[in-house]
Order: sequence, then C-alpha cells, then structure tokens
Amino acid sequence: MSAEGATRKAIESVWRIESARLIGGLVRIVRDVGLAEDLAQEALVTALECWPELGIPDKPGAWLMATAKNRALDHLRRKSMLERKSTAIEEDRATLPSHATNIEQAIDEDVGDDLLRLILVACHPVLSAEARAALTLRLLGGLTTAEIARAFLVPEATIAQRTVRAKRTLAEARVPFEVPRGAELAARLPSVLEVIYLIFNEGYAATHGDDWMRLELCDDALRLGRILASLVPDEAEVHGLVALMELHASRARARVGPSGEPILLLDQDRSRWDRLLIQRGLVALARAESLAHPLGPYTLQAAIAACHAQARTGDETASAATYS
Amino acid sequence: MRAMVIVKATKNSESGVMPSEKLLTEMGKFNEELIKAGVMLAGEGLHPSSRGKRVVFSSGKKLVVDGPFAETKELIAGYWLWQVKDMDEALEWARRCPDPMPGEDATLEIRPVFEAEDFGKEFTPELRAQEDRLRAQIEQQRSS
Repeated sequence: MSAEGATRKAIESVWRIESARLIGGLVRIVRDVGLAEDLAQEALVTALECWPELGIPDKPGAWLMATAKNRALDHLRRKSMLERKSTAIEEDRATLPSHATNIEQAIDEDVGDDLLRLILVACHPVLSAEARAALTLRLLGGLTTAEIARAFLVPEATIAQRTVRAKRTLAEARVPFEVPRGAELAARLPSVLEVIYLIFNEGYAATHGDDWMRLELCDDALRLGRILASLVPDEAEVHGLVALMELHASRARARVGPSGEPILLLDQDRSRWDRLLIQRGLVALARAESLAHPLGPYTLQAAIAACHAQARTGDETASAATYS
Repeated sequence: MRAMVIVKATKNSESGVMPSEKLLTEMGKFNEELIKAGVMLAGEGLHPSSRGKRVVFSSGKKLVVDGPFAETKELIAGYWLWQVKDMDEALEWARRCPDPMPGEDATLEIRPVFEAEDFGKEFTPELRAQEDRLRAQIEQQRSS
C-alpha cells in the first residue's frame, strides 16, 4: 500500500474511533446535531488535507477536536454578533466578554456526558425507529450514509433524506440537550434499547449470501450496547439487552449451513457456538439480574437465551428452564 | 473481526519487575477507554516465563521443559482480545496504548483471530463431532 493509502486508511480508523466523541462534544457546545456533524466533517476534511503531508498527529482525537472547536467558536461568535446586531445595539454590550468566557468554559467542560447526550438525542422518541437507527449508526457508529443504506437494503438517497429529516425534526422540536438523571433517564432508555436491538436484528436476519455490511450490523449493535452499558452501568435493562445480543451472536455461525440454509436451534452444532460471547453474555445477564426488580423484558429474554447457551444438548435445555 | 494484541516480553518483565504505579494508572485509563468504546473483549497480564512450563513435541516424544525460557523477545508478557472493524482500527488503538515497558524497547503484535470459516473444509463434520465429544467429557468431569 502506498504511504498515502496507508494514511487514508489510518484516518478512516481515527474517524471510526473518534467521531462519536467529537460530534458529542460539539453538540454540547453548539446545541445542534446537524451543525455539530457538519463541523466534525469539516475537521475530518482538514485532516485528510493535512495529515498525508504532516503525518498523523500523536493525539489524532485531540487534533480533530481542537480543529472542530475552533470552527465552532467562530460560528458561535458570528452567531452572537448577528443576534446582537438584530437586537438593540445598546443592549448588554458590557456582557460581551463574559459571554465569550462562557463559550470557552463550555468547551473545556467535562466531556463524560457527551456520548450519552448524543445517544439520547439520536434516539429521541420524537423520531421514528428507522430514523433513530439511521441517525445512531451515523453519529455513534461512524458509518457513512452509503454503508447504512447497503446494510438496510435501501437506496442511499432514502437514508440521506431520513437523516436530514431527523435532524430537522430534532431542531424543530427543540429537543433539550441536558442529560436527564434518575427516573427521567430510565424513561428515555427504552427508545434507545429498541433502536440498538432493531439494528442487531437487522444484521441477525441477514443470510449467508448477503452483503457483509448487513452482517456487520450485529457487531455495530453489540458495540453500541457495550458502550451504553459503560455509560449507564446501573441500568439493568441495558445489561439485559447486551446479554441478549451477546448470547444470540454466540450462535450466529452455527445457524447457517454450508449452502446458506438456516439451521434451527435444536439442530445446531453446538461446538460452533462462540464460548467467549456466551461467557460475556452470562456475565452481563448476572449484572442485569442483580440490578433488576422485577426483571425487564430484555433481561427475561436473555435469561431464556442463557438456558439454551448453557445446555450441552437440546434435551438439557428444557430441564434447565424448568428448574430455573 | 477479532484481533489478539500481544505485549512482547522484555528483560524487565521476564525478571519479574512489576509495573510502576504511573504505568498501572495509564494502562487502567487505556483499558477503560477500550471498554467504553466497546472494543475490549478480554485481556490479561502474564507472569514471567520462570513460572511457566512447556511441553515440547519432538520425533513422537513429549518432553516437559521448565521455564524460564531464553528467547525473551519471542515471549509474551500479556495480551488483549479486541473486537474491531479491521486491522487498521486495531492498529489505531494499539498506537494509543501507553508505552508498556518504559525504559526498554517494547513491541505490540497484532494478530487477526481465526474465524471458524477460515478453517474451510479442513474443519470437517467429524472434527466438529470430536469437539462435541470432548466438550461432553469436560462437562461430565465438572459435574462429577
């Protein structure tokens, strides 16, 4: 591979790793998902121009963030200038410095909530489940519009329209950007979990001959679930969903025969089940069960999946399920 | 795909020098970042090879060899298992790892993990059946 090709690949990987945090940080500052994404994309374009010549910086994420934040600051200053011009000129000229300081402060704030905010906004209930899925994959999964379209078997223009409309809906509905806590947060999670599971199932439904992009939706969903579990570690159903997905994914290889025909659970070659994913699923399930009173729907489904995962033969499953 | 990221051993790691608090803190932060990104599936550090053993297969004989083993640079001091999109992403994460052996030359080696599909027709139904039998035996031993 040429040096330039290698740099380009590296930039793609940096984007995959950093884009969600980058957009999340920018959303906090500019309070507009569409604008935040544009600013992040502009920073990416700058990187594509500069890095092949300068080399990849030591901290590529920080570089992208600094570049995007400078643009965000320019934007905010321009905007506040315009607003001031349009309102009475004599109004709070004195507060200008403090306003500028606030912007600087906002930029350096703790970034811990950025990802959670971004997930909650992308999965806001004002959006349809499909719009949430497209937006989530784009903003949090780092997928391109073309990749999402291929995975969902729809034309690229459909996904492009869907995300544009979703961003407009969010802006028009004036969706708040504060991260809710406690019961309010818990109330918002079902719409997030629904989207992650929808993405997972879309990938799980893919068959052998399908585009690999479709199959990779399972990995994308698992990754989103794991990220969410680390963001809200005390929410039982998040662990329940992760457990359910890990356990289902553990059987992904065994459920299709050599010529692409589906193999039902009881006929599957259990030696092809993925022991690592089963183990991870069981750990997540234990976590969910220790937090949940009573068990939620994802945790319950995961508990059933776990009965299958732990049984060596189909016959043993039934007894395991009866006694548990 | 999955990638195994191997931390190669060094003179210090082989002589049992424990990582400094600074390194432990940095590594902890890196691991947390991996977990928060949904990338890390597993990972462990290994004792020096002086506590290891080898079974050597040679001309139909099996020979047990006690550690330590000589070829330090070829030994392993620890590993991670990562879920990544491709080798490029694994490379990008590895670049972010704190220097695992400060004061010495250190190497991280990234190797893609075989998927069952990679075995192709070598992994026959008979081999699978054999694996099934082995697993059954293990389960039996565990429950008896």
